[in-house]
Amino acid sequence: MDPIVATFIEENIVPNFNYWIYVILMMIGLYAMITKNNLIKKLIGMAIFQTAIILFYVSVGVKDTAGIPIISHHGSEHHQMAGLSSEAGSTKEIHNKIDKDKYANPLPHVLMLTAIVVGVSTLGLALAISQKIYKSFGTLEEDEILNELRPGGHD
Amino acid sequence: MIWQFDIIILIFLVIAAIISLRLKDLLGASMVFGIYSFLICLLWAEMGAVDVAFTEAAVGAGVSTVIMIATVFSTKRRSKD
Amino acid sequence: MKIFGLIAVLVVGALLLSATSDFPDWRDKDSPANKSPVSSFYIEKTEKLTKVPNMVTAVLADYRGYDTMFETVVIFIAGIGIIAVLRNFDGPYSSSIRRENNDEGSGLLARITCSLILPFIQIFALYVVAHGHHSPGGGFQGGVMLGASYILLALAFGLSKAKGYFSERRTMIFAAVGIFIYAGWGVLCLLFGKEFLNYSVLDSLLPGDVEMARSHSMLIVEIGVAFTVTAIMFSMYSNLSTRGRLNKGL
Repeated sequence: MDPIVATFIEENIVPNFNYWIYVILMMIGLYAMITKNNLIKKLIGMAIFQTAIILFYVSVGVKDTAGIPIISHHGSEHHQMAGLSSEAGSTKEIHNKIDKDKYANPLPHVLMLTAIVVGVSTLGLALAISQKIYKSFGTLEEDEILNELRPGGHD
Repeated sequence: MIWQFDIIILIFLVIAAIISLRLKDLLGASMVFGIYSFLICLLWAEMGAVDVAFTEAAVGAGVSTVIMIATVFSTKRRSKD
Repeated sequence: MKIFGLIAVLVVGALLLSATSDFPDWRDKDSPANKSPVSSFYIEKTEKLTKVPNMVTAVLADYRGYDTMFETVVIFIAGIGIIAVLRNFDGPYSSSIRRENNDEGSGLLARITCSLILPFIQIFALYVVAHGHHSPGGGFQGGVMLGASYILLALAFGLSKAKGYFSERRTMIFAAVGIFIYAGWGVLCLLFGKEFLNYSVLDSLLPGDVEMARSHSMLIVEIGVAFTVTAIMFSMYSNLSTRGRLNKGL
């Protein structure tokens, strides 16, 4: 292969391979929302678009040596419910030594939790509206609905 | 953390998304959408986002797929494209 | 028409792909998102200030409590919106519950499996809500699991049996009570003198010191979120599968 093309691929695609897949997923969802005729297929495209964006955001917070964002103290019983003050002195030292590189970034996770739940709410409401459209027009295909709505149809 | 796993799951994601949009039977399309949600949940669990993976497994592969199948049963099952 | 869609998608895709060359390397611990002072503060100080090991739950319920409250309101509005879109309000019956219910659910195998597994699902859902401070979980995950357990009951035994446990009036009361708990807890913080949803003033009311007051308050608001999410998940299913009439299930 041409060495220029090989270096282009080596430098631009291989380290960012996953970003390319995210963009491809987003474009698949966008294409489905624009061109598909069936309303349910449009909704599936919308859901694919949403989850691809959420996937991109969550992957921003990944660190190479990091584990899950839950601090665990192996074997130390520090979470006494009454808050004994004698425990507080010894556990403060453990708390001060939290290594930032060992925990994944929790902020994108929090924002994307909200996004997932808002996505399912939107999907539920959109499915309800499409059921109502089916009851009114008898079909779920976009071109037949537009034919009915134009002057010359019965609506 | 394991890049081979990441690449395999990402390629399966793209395949599942394309199949879900090409099936003419809407019940099958909803099921493949459930597969897509489950694969994304696996990817997030591997990346270390366990809360997000938990929510996506419960919401995406659970409730979202069920309400889509409920709608498909109430309306037409076959689509023209 | 399809050609225009394809051209638009290709143009936007090319723009986004050319922007990916500027992104930091994946899994880079020195990327701007990972080095920001906000994330560093959340990772290093959460355990000390709130005594909650799960950083995501702490940020969700305490540091970003406003967002979570309005997210719960969004779910509630979606549930009400589905009823408003699908319900036929000007028929001879104004309440849809008085129609006859004649569905038997699924077959014998599904009924037996469901009755064996359902109590464990519900107990696990309550565990996920209560243990959200130490393990992955929290209000949303537990609430969705609890709502899904009622959906399983409706699928296996018929919608009328699930409605016996979770009638429409009870569902809506649950949903409203959940938001009332969350917002009411914030107003309680107002009554004690400081800002809305500032849990640290409640240490005179709750057992323990200031950090434990924040931890207990997080549990209370997560319970409120779980109430609303449970009720609305079941209400969404029962309305969407019966086209708003709630007489016969899937």
